[in-house]
Amino acid sequence: MKAAIVVFPGTNRERDMAIALRRVTGHEPRMVWHRDTDLTGIDLVVLPGGFSYGDYLRCGAMAAHSPIMTEIRSFAQKGGHILGVCNGFQILTESGLLPGALLRNANLRFLSQDCHLRVERTDTPFTHKWQKGDVFRTPLAHGDGNYTADQSTLDRLEGEGLVAFRYAAPNGHVQADDVASNPNGSVNSIAGILSENTRICGMMPHPEDLVDPLMGGVDGLPLFEGLVEALVR
Amino acid sequence: MKKTVDASLAQEFGLTAEEYARVVTIMGRTPSLTELGVFSVMWSEHCSYKSSRKWLRTLPTKAPWVIHGPGENAGVVDIGQGYAAIFKMESHNHPSFIEPYQGAATGVGGILRDVFTMGARPIANLNALRFGNPETPRTRQIIDGVVRGIGGYGNCVGVPTVGGEINFHPAYDGNPLVNAMTVGLARKDRIFLSAAAGVGNPVVYVGSRTGRDGIHGATMSSAEFDENAMAKRPTVQVGDPFIEKLLIEACLELMATDAIVAIQDMGAAGLTSSAVEMAGKGGVGIELDLDEVPQREPNMTAYEMMLSESQERMLMVLKPDRTEVARKIFEKWELDFAIIGHLTETGHIVVKHKGQVEADIPLDPLADQAPIYDRPATTPVVPEPLGAVHAPLSLDAALLKMVGSPDLASRAWVWNQYDSTVGGQTVRRPGAADAAIVKIEDTSLALAITTDCTPRYCHADPKTGGAQAVAEAWRNLTATGARPLAVTDNLNFGNPEKPEIMGQFVAAIEGMGDACRALDFPVVSGNVSLYNETRQPDGSPLAILPTPAIGALGVLDDVEKAVGLEMQDGKAVVLVGETRGELGQSIWLREVLGREDGPPPPVDLAAEKRNGDFVRQEILSGAVSACHDLSDGGLMVAVAEMVMASGVGCELESPDSGIRPEAFWFGEDQARYLVCVDNAGEFCARAEQAGVPARLIGLSGGNDLILPSGVTISAARLVAAHEAFFPALMTR
Repeated sequence: MKAAIVVFPGTNRERDMAIALRRVTGHEPRMVWHRDTDLTGIDLVVLPGGFSYGDYLRCGAMAAHSPIMTEIRSFAQKGGHILGVCNGFQILTESGLLPGALLRNANLRFLSQDCHLRVERTDTPFTHKWQKGDVFRTPLAHGDGNYTADQSTLDRLEGEGLVAFRYAAPNGHVQADDVASNPNGSVNSIAGILSENTRICGMMPHPEDLVDPLMGGVDGLPLFEGLVEALVR
Repeated sequence: MKKTVDASLAQEFGLTAEEYARVVTIMGRTPSLTELGVFSVMWSEHCSYKSSRKWLRTLPTKAPWVIHGPGENAGVVDIGQGYAAIFKMESHNHPSFIEPYQGAATGVGGILRDVFTMGARPIANLNALRFGNPETPRTRQIIDGVVRGIGGYGNCVGVPTVGGEINFHPAYDGNPLVNAMTVGLARKDRIFLSAAAGVGNPVVYVGSRTGRDGIHGATMSSAEFDENAMAKRPTVQVGDPFIEKLLIEACLELMATDAIVAIQDMGAAGLTSSAVEMAGKGGVGIELDLDEVPQREPNMTAYEMMLSESQERMLMVLKPDRTEVARKIFEKWELDFAIIGHLTETGHIVVKHKGQVEADIPLDPLADQAPIYDRPATTPVVPEPLGAVHAPLSLDAALLKMVGSPDLASRAWVWNQYDSTVGGQTVRRPGAADAAIVKIEDTSLALAITTDCTPRYCHADPKTGGAQAVAEAWRNLTATGARPLAVTDNLNFGNPEKPEIMGQFVAAIEGMGDACRALDFPVVSGNVSLYNETRQPDGSPLAILPTPAIGALGVLDDVEKAVGLEMQDGKAVVLVGETRGELGQSIWLREVLGREDGPPPPVDLAAEKRNGDFVRQEILSGAVSACHDLSDGGLMVAVAEMVMASGVGCELESPDSGIRPEAFWFGEDQARYLVCVDNAGEFCARAEQAGVPARLIGLSGGNDLILPSGVTISAARLVAAHEAFFPALMTR
């Protein structure tokens, strides 16, 4: 698997993502500056976390109009795989590659803590290493992670099974109005979603920060291991 | 605005009549407004250390592993495997009172620049905070703004905030303390310094544009507050962490080339201090053409540009044939880049604007003749021993009250607003060990980092308090298994023109120096913040508790050997160090009896070293699975903290010590640790051989803390009491 990590001005979790990808592929991913436009030979495009353009205007709004995004749209149209984490998820919704939007956290404060995610679907490149209903721990760190969408979009996401991950209690119980398990207040406790072809995944928490026992666990590793297996050439 | 320059304007700028007379002598004429501005900020307490320098010189600053001590932008120590850690702590107290969010945010931004200007990528932030009485709305407003400001800046630049400390005391009502610390990492052969060199070399300005913000900020920080403090809001700067992030990346990219001769951030006193210090250290002159300075606002005067403290700016001296390489890097990162002057052989700083010479000052006397004061100091009177005290609460009731009290309650509400994992190297997050542990990528190394000070001890006995702050920092590093290396100090005190305040300062430095020498723990960087006083409505001044905050750094050669404080199941819990039951100035005394008196616990530096070296050796040998130092709240609070960290309980044994129970369990005797081991007998035998007191005090297991009396407190109940304080306070 050849992965490219896109770096915008203000991106700050590209190094974390590189560590996770290196761990599963054994080689360095390609860092792509947002003004570059070449994704030749790339199997997976990753939009990492951070504060692209300082989160000014809206999180991800300005990055969604940067030069690389034209190439990323065309990469998506050709069936390419894209993972957007945190600010990367925000960029995907701002650019229309995924539906919905990320609002301010319900408590109006930045949140940095562990959360638990329940895996909702396993027949995708991002989730096939888990069993449906598996729960894993992962850090989250964001001010704007409160997922929302209009009712018809939500009906479609739920109806077509495009919710990849939900915030849950450690025992897998999902309850949207429980701040302990759904800390940012996301509708239906949605933490991550998929495109219709399941080749684009956006999620708020940071599985890339839990891939080493030294850092507290390897709960995030299956996502990256699964991508390597799915995108092997 | 045409102001007449005279002694009265000089006084407005913070210079005394004698200092102004010295300016006139140096210049041989009446200075221009811009020149007076330059002198006033360079000779401010904040920039010149005029009250503290005499005493700072007494601190030990050398060790074989120290690469650069005080005098550079930050301290630099060798951590092995070709790497250096670069670190410093700095205050932003006055701005944080006036405008909490921006004051704290720009405090973080400023200390980050001090570190990356030396070539280091910042890898960790910490902050030491002191707030006033939590019961007042103003304190809550300050906490809210400071926490949002620290998070807003640190989270955006992508540097994990991994630790720090918070105390409350009414003495900080009008003067909260915000001390921010940054640790950076560099190859030890790639350190950048600020001494300019090469007559004719271009002087280059990069980063944000210059505006009218923060003018005379350094002067503001060098005076006490009165009832008009809020009128000083315009002297507080506004931060932009997004620009800072770009500046970090652009500077580090440029530092990978050979273009830079010297580099310095524009911090307090902005362009003035960076230009003066770079040229002064290099023994060259400097000429600036202010028409070339990138400006945010029209019609700025030379005076305004020289004194502006606009954030996110750097000044560099480049090799002339590398300026285009540098320009391209800064254009890539969409930052301003301007050649604004060059080095000269005149030995003067010459400032030109619109064809006029606005300032022409000889650099040597500006530095050498800066005032230095040996201010009168009275020796502090140490309180009498406490004597007998009654114990109105049972041990379990006292414990629950204490773990929920402002100084001991869980800080999770605060930490959970700081990104502590970005970078992917955070081995122990806030609260998981006595020091934060951050791995050095692609090596076996990790840094242990902590901040410490117990202001109530320093107030009662500044010398013992100064020593205790250093000893506790050393102990916190040791408790993770790290080898303590060096210290950065942030000395926060009141008005040094008062002999009793100066006496606190002198005694605290004496105690710190003793501890640093005894523990082989040199001071490599620091900052002094004086005039932390506010006039109260009745006219009387309120000084803060003396607060010599210590930031400290140690190294683990093998990160795998680090231990945290989570208690594991089925272990023997052993107390290391001697217990005499020191209740003077203890949390128990304050929370249970409402008293703040008696002397602080004595600090025996030989015992600190002996006990700490033994504990570290046991950790590194693998005999210890968890370790926690004893500090605020004493033994039972330490046990409770280990229980709360893991949810695993502990059954405590009866002390059998001849000491009253409250003194045994809540006394704050120093030089003590709690460790979890498999074999207490063998551990205690090795301790005895090393001359270290050690005794079994309990066995871990279950989910309850069981007191010697048989009273049981569940871990969950402790956690509930511990975690209630901050959320309840901040949602009022």
